[in-house]
Amino acid sequence: MLGQAIADGVLTGAIIALGAIGVSFGLQILRFANFAHSELLTWGAYIALVVVAFAGPGTPTGPLSFGWQMMAAMAVAAVLTGLLAWVMDQLVFRRLRNQGAHPLSLVFAAFGAALVMRYVVVLIWGPGTHFYTRELQFAVEVLPGIRMLPDQIFVLALTLAVVVALHLFLTYSRTGMAMRAMAESPALAKVCGVNVEGVTRWTWILSGALAAVAGTFLGLSPQVHPEMGFSLLLSLFAAAILGGAGSLPGAVIGGLLVGLAENVSVLFVDPGYKGAMPFLLLLAVLFVRPQGLFGEKQ
Amino acid sequence: MIGLVSYLVFFLCIVLILGVITLGLNLQWGSTGLFNAGIVGFYAIGAYTHAIVTAAPKAGMIANMGLPWIAGVVAAMAATALVAWIVGLATIRLRGDYLAVATFGIATTIQLLTHNLEPLTGGSHGFSGIPRPLFDVLGSPFAFNLFYLGLLACVVALVYWALERMVRSPWGRVLRAIREDETAAVALGKSATRFRLEAFVVGSTLMGLAGALYVSFIGFVSPFDFVPILTFQIWAMVIIGGSGNNRGALLGALVVWTIWAATGIAVTKFVPVAYAAQGGAVQVILIGLLLVLALLFRPRGLIGEAAQVSRHAEKG
Repeated sequence: MLGQAIADGVLTGAIIALGAIGVSFGLQILRFANFAHSELLTWGAYIALVVVAFAGPGTPTGPLSFGWQMMAAMAVAAVLTGLLAWVMDQLVFRRLRNQGAHPLSLVFAAFGAALVMRYVVVLIWGPGTHFYTRELQFAVEVLPGIRMLPDQIFVLALTLAVVVALHLFLTYSRTGMAMRAMAESPALAKVCGVNVEGVTRWTWILSGALAAVAGTFLGLSPQVHPEMGFSLLLSLFAAAILGGAGSLPGAVIGGLLVGLAENVSVLFVDPGYKGAMPFLLLLAVLFVRPQGLFGEKQ
Repeated sequence: MIGLVSYLVFFLCIVLILGVITLGLNLQWGSTGLFNAGIVGFYAIGAYTHAIVTAAPKAGMIANMGLPWIAGVVAAMAATALVAWIVGLATIRLRGDYLAVATFGIATTIQLLTHNLEPLTGGSHGFSGIPRPLFDVLGSPFAFNLFYLGLLACVVALVYWALERMVRSPWGRVLRAIREDETAAVALGKSATRFRLEAFVVGSTLMGLAGALYVSFIGFVSPFDFVPILTFQIWAMVIIGGSGNNRGALLGALVVWTIWAATGIAVTKFVPVAYAAQGGAVQVILIGLLLVLALLFRPRGLIGEAAQVSRHAEKG
């Protein structure tokens, strides 16, 4: 039982981690809590759904329930959602920044933008659920007593690859270094010649792309619906803050912890309270370490 | 004709109840700069406390007390104040946007509690049989609504008067000083945490009061009365009306609820039943757009904060 709950927790945690990276970047590089981030997950999932509707999920490859078309759909969704995030910044947040608005005005605006984005999804695709593929899958026993779907193992592996690639990007590329510099201190980064607008743009695009990947994974297990991102909102923020805003390993570990807390708690308390777990975990951590597990004291 | 009048009375009652919440939020956000994303949670605590305290004992409900209306109102405010105080102690020191996350989490947790604590709240079936004050004496629903409108008008006037006194008092000036420049306020010896906590508790208590007023008006409550969208609507009201101005907060409640109700009627009239969800979506998109557009193009709102409030400054 516990083993299975841990396995499920790691899987949920991986998806949360991918979304939480964007939230974490938002908190530290863009300097506000972007509550519209969860809607980027939803949009990513729906864009992939459109591609799949045209190309089909493909013939199942090996034990997986989909073919290469699904991967192509995810790539298209990542690019378009990245652009969508950037457009959102241009339309709303950049204007507010330039007006010198109160930092919390951006948070209000993010909630407003989230409402619009979430319900435009309902308007276009309707309130119901959709599936990428109707293929049936059988769980395989990966360890004694722990069963996972082949799709889920694939999702875990791909998440790991994405996180490693992101880590290399942040460590060695010029843009990545500039992003880290902005996270440390926007003013200092600016005087050192960092192109603030450029870094902001890349942060949005990257966050959107990662959100789309997370959204598609969420849609694979197992359905796509308008509230899918919003229902993860608290988990995403809990993960990002728990790990320490601005820290990539922090966001990943935060995501895993939140995923584990949600799934393992079900063994001990009424499953009806599963949704409160990320929040309770967050409160506990903030109480002891206000800067998060891996955050640095300001 | 009587149908229209009776609708108007009902509509105004709802606006006044929402007005109590917007006044509470205006103290938190408008005067103090606190970001409360869990309005709906405090509203729910007030509503359920009032329901439990006033409803007559019934099989299956373990805590019903059957006490008078006023006891329910006082208990609702006390319970909300207590929860807000505990929540505030844990979260008020956090940076502004973390407070938003924390309060949002509290609202989510409270909604889960209303769903799951079935013997206390009736769960997702809802809580019925909440007495409406003087309903039997007045005889008809219309007379009751009219009476309740008068009662609400008195409550709102009282709350408005009290808040106006408070924000113009030295206490209110400290709140604005903390909002504008925390470091300076702290350097002058004011405890930012204490004043923030006080404003948070008072504002949340008003949200609890509004919850009590709502359930004793409708006579029924269920977790579906407390969906997150209500929090966003209240924000839209305060921001569109003019944050930092109590009259603005009330005007915002009227304007935004009028838009919401009017689009709701339009949707039921003109949108085929099969597309009801899409019609509802248009309603919500409108609220989101209003919020964003107000922030972009009229951050002051319809009637914004007055430039100065000290009567001594006017003389100089």
